[in-house]
Amino acid sequence: MWTASDFLRQYLAVLIVGVVGAGLVGLLLAGSHLLRPARRQPEKHITYESGVDPVGSMWTQSQVRYYVFALLFVMFDVEAVFIFPWATRLEAYGLFGLIEMGIFVFILLLGLIYAWRKGVLKWV
Amino acid sequence: MERGPIESLVHRLFAGLYGIPVLGWLIPIVLVLGMVALAALVLIWLERKVSGHIQSRRGPLHNGPHGLLQTVWDALKLLVKEDIVPSSADRLIMLMAPFVVFTPAVLVYVVMPFGKGWTVANLNIGLLWVVSVLSLGPVGIILGGWGSHNKWSLLGGMRSAAQLISYEIPSVLALGAIVMMAGTMSMDGLVAAQDQYEFVLTPPGLIAFVVYLVTALAELNRNPFDLPEAESELVAGFVTEYSGFKFAIFFLAEFANLLALSMITVTVFLGGWQPPSVLFFLPDSAQLPGVFWFAIKTTVMVFVFQWIKWTLPRLRIDQMLNVCWKGLIPITLGNLALACVWLLLTEKSWAR
Repeated sequence: MWTASDFLRQYLAVLIVGVVGAGLVGLLLAGSHLLRPARRQPEKHITYESGVDPVGSMWTQSQVRYYVFALLFVMFDVEAVFIFPWATRLEAYGLFGLIEMGIFVFILLLGLIYAWRKGVLKWV
Repeated sequence: MERGPIESLVHRLFAGLYGIPVLGWLIPIVLVLGMVALAALVLIWLERKVSGHIQSRRGPLHNGPHGLLQTVWDALKLLVKEDIVPSSADRLIMLMAPFVVFTPAVLVYVVMPFGKGWTVANLNIGLLWVVSVLSLGPVGIILGGWGSHNKWSLLGGMRSAAQLISYEIPSVLALGAIVMMAGTMSMDGLVAAQDQYEFVLTPPGLIAFVVYLVTALAELNRNPFDLPEAESELVAGFVTEYSGFKFAIFFLAEFANLLALSMITVTVFLGGWQPPSVLFFLPDSAQLPGVFWFAIKTTVMVFVFQWIKWTLPRLRIDQMLNVCWKGLIPITLGNLALACVWLLLTEKSWAR
């Protein structure tokens, strides 16, 4: 008879927890939908802006700074993808892996220093 | 003894249908979810009590002994509150946000070792799972901020994105140093690697612990990093347009995350369910079950997080980003090198 491997079993448990967790939210929101009143008044559905009528649209300009930090994040988060597997098999790779990783981290560090010197890290 | 068809089906569901114990899973999963829900209720009460006493007032007092029932009544009140969605908002995205925030908060607990062998699923990539699942939470926050069609919410969502992705890097790098020392990413393996002494007692472990504590505060949107929902600047940040139980779910998720991060800190740095190594003089007979130690350490960590939140003022956004990019990231990168040196000094077998 076919039996599920340990790997499959573990991730099935993960899937079940995820589905149950999302289902719990759905259940609570649905339950609240049955219990709560719904008295529509146009004033209630105006966007909140400290009590006065909203001025203009929400689609205002936002700072480009946020995107710069998002780009920097992508650069450094890739690092995590490499560091975790290497750290797990540290002993197997030994000195060779250590030097390799040292070079890799050094290059990334250069990137950070470059961004720093360029003034990207300064919030204007 | 002959089994009836239903009885044999139940038996098979417990023992394993194709090796999958469908019903056998229900017990741990229900236990974990129940614990998360109950803990969130208790933690909200504790938060208000701790904040009250730190600020020389008393916090909730009148509902139940020491105000213990306050959160229950609050939750019931929110359950029957009208749900107001602004007419210009994106209803679907606004509805999605609570799901996207809450589900990862629950998924983290899958790999948590509550005691010896007390794990729902001992994934071999446990720590990576924790990191990746926790980074899904911000997506929900941005969805909520974006879908509300409100300037406050959008600003809160944007700030939250900048903060959470920035602090994820030092968090990951700090945990990387620990993975180097443990040689495994499985949460059970991390606990087992600390059977002699906790990682926090080693120099690279101590630095990683402090950095992780700071990043955990940022990931929880807690003071001094509570810019996404800074109430004196942004009304309520990304939850401004939320009302009723959707609002409650954000806070349920926040406190579930607080508990989760405390448990991760305990597991990764403080020896998990093992008794603290500084208590080595305790005779074996006095040793208590692992769940007990895990609960004690987690409670202490939760208190530390609340203590910090209610003591420190809020940082400005440029200060917040400076601390991360110019402070924590160089420190954690250096810490990786320190961890290498430490391993070369302590583990003779490793240096070849």
